[in-house]
Amino acid sequence: MTLMAQDRPLPTPPIYPDNADFWAAANDGRLMVPKCGACGKTHWYPRPFCPHCRSDDVSWIEASGKGTIYSVSATRRVPVPYAIAYVTLDEGTTMLTNIVDTDLDQVRIGNKVQVVFKPAEDGQKIPMFKPVQGASA
Amino acid sequence: MTIKGKAYIVGAYEHPTRKAPDKTVPQLHYECARGALADAGLTFDDVDGYFSAGDAPGMGGVSMVDYMNLKVRHVDSTETGGSSYLIHVAHAAEAIAAGRCNVALITLAGRPRSEGHSGAAPRVFAPNVPDAPFEAPYGLVTINSYAMCAARHMHEFGTTAEQLAWIKVAASHHAQYNEHAMLRDVVSVEDVVGSPLIADPLHRLDCCVVSDGGGALVVVKPEIARSLKRPLVKVIGAGEHIKAQNGGDIDLTYSAGVRSGQAAFEEAGVSRSDIKYVSIYDSFTITVLMQLEDLGFCEKGKGGAFVADGNLISGVGKLPFNTDGGGLCNNHPMNRGGITKVIEAVRQLRGEAHPKVQVPNCDIALAHGTGGLLGHRHAGATLIMERE
Repeated sequence: MTLMAQDRPLPTPPIYPDNADFWAAANDGRLMVPKCGACGKTHWYPRPFCPHCRSDDVSWIEASGKGTIYSVSATRRVPVPYAIAYVTLDEGTTMLTNIVDTDLDQVRIGNKVQVVFKPAEDGQKIPMFKPVQGASA
Repeated sequence: MTIKGKAYIVGAYEHPTRKAPDKTVPQLHYECARGALADAGLTFDDVDGYFSAGDAPGMGGVSMVDYMNLKVRHVDSTETGGSSYLIHVAHAAEAIAAGRCNVALITLAGRPRSEGHSGAAPRVFAPNVPDAPFEAPYGLVTINSYAMCAARHMHEFGTTAEQLAWIKVAASHHAQYNEHAMLRDVVSVEDVVGSPLIADPLHRLDCCVVSDGGGALVVVKPEIARSLKRPLVKVIGAGEHIKAQNGGDIDLTYSAGVRSGQAAFEEAGVSRSDIKYVSIYDSFTITVLMQLEDLGFCEKGKGGAFVADGNLISGVGKLPFNTDGGGLCNNHPMNRGGITKVIEAVRQLRGEAHPKVQVPNCDIALAHGTGGLLGHRHAGATLIMERE
C-alpha cells in the first residue's frame, strides 16, 4: 500500500519565554537542542535547567538535523493521516516529531532521517523529519 | 508503616449505564456513591473521608463533598488519570492507618460518550503545560502514544498483531456474560487484525470502548469491616510510580508497573504464583501486554506468547484477567478504567463474579492501572487484595 504524507494544518505551538529562541531559530531553518555545560548531555523537551543533573548551565546548540527513528505510528483515521514519531538525534536526545514527505506505509523504526521545517497555521516553522534517501537501516 | 491489613474494601459499585444523556456528571458521582455505600451496608452519614480525581467537576473534591452534603475530616484529590482510583484505595488505607478517617468514599463518573470526547481527539493544552510547545504541532493523541509503544515492542521482541489480538479475544469471551457490557459479541483474532488500522499497529478492536458511567468504592478500618455483613476483602499491598520521558532518554519497552508492582508485591509478601486473578488496565491491548510483563507475570519481551491461545480466559488459561470484559469490551467510564479494575477484583474475591467467569477459590487478586499516556508520561498503580 501507499499512503503519501500530505501537509496538514499544524497548530501553532505556545511560545514561552524559555523557548522563544528555539522557535526563532526554527524560522531560520535551524534545529536547536539544549545541552548541559555541567554533565554534557542534551535533553528534550527543552527546559532552562538540565533534567539529568539539575544544573542551570544549559545553552542551545545547533543540531546537525540528522537522526534515527526510535518509534513511529501512522495515525490514519483522521482527516489528513500523519506519522507521529520519536526521533533520536545524532546529538543524543530523543524528540517527539512527525515523519513527512514520504510514503507513510514505508516508514520503519531505524530509518535515518533529516530535519525539514513545515509551517504552522500562523507561519511559525515546525521541525519535522523526512527519510534520508538510500540510507534506511 | 505498612498498609497491609489496615483497611478493607467493603463497598463496590459499578454504574450500569453506558450512555447517560439525561444525567449530569455530579448526579452519576452521587448514584455511584449511593450504590457503593448500600453494597457495604453503610450510609452517607458514615463517610468521613472522600477521594476523587480530575473527573470530579468544579473544585473537585470540595464541589462533590458540597453536592453530596458529606461531612468529612479527610480529603484527597490525587489525580493520576485512569490509575487515580487504585491510588485512592492505597491512600485511603494510609489515611485509615494514620487515624485520619474511618470510612473512605472514592467516586468516579463521566459522560465522554454523551459529550462526544474520546482518546481520538487532539489533546487540549492548558496554559503553562511545560511540554505543550513540543507536542501540540505533532498531533499527539492518546492512541498514537500507545501505538508507538506497540511498534517498539514489535521491533524489539517480535511481538505480533495476532498476539495482541488475543487480549481482545479473551476480554470478549468474558464480556459475553456481562449484561451491561457494551461489546458482548465474542471476537476472533481474525476479527481484531481485520478491523481498520487506527494508529499503526493498533486496530479499532485493539482499543477500549468509550462509555458514560462511573463507579465507587468504600474503604474502611478493620473494626468496621468486621461489623458489616459483606465478605472481607483486605488490602495487603500497594505501589505507585510515575514513568515519563526521562529528559529525552526515551525507552518505550517498559512501564511504571515495574516499580509499582515490585513495591506492591514486597508489601503484600506474596509471589506472582499466589495471584489467582488480575484486573489489568486495558485502554488498548498493548497496555495489558506491557503491564503483565512489567508486573512479573512473564519475562520482558515474552508477553506476546504469554497472552496467546486464551491464556487470559477464565476457565481456559493460567491467568484469568478482566472477567467483566474490561475496558476493551465492558466499560471505560470517563475514559478512565481504574475503578472498574478494583470493582471486578472485589467481585472475584467475594465470589460474586458471573458464575461463567468466577475463578474458583479466588483468595488473592491484583489490580493494576496506568493513567496518562504510556509512551509519554504515565502513573502506574498496583493493588493486591486478599479475601479473609
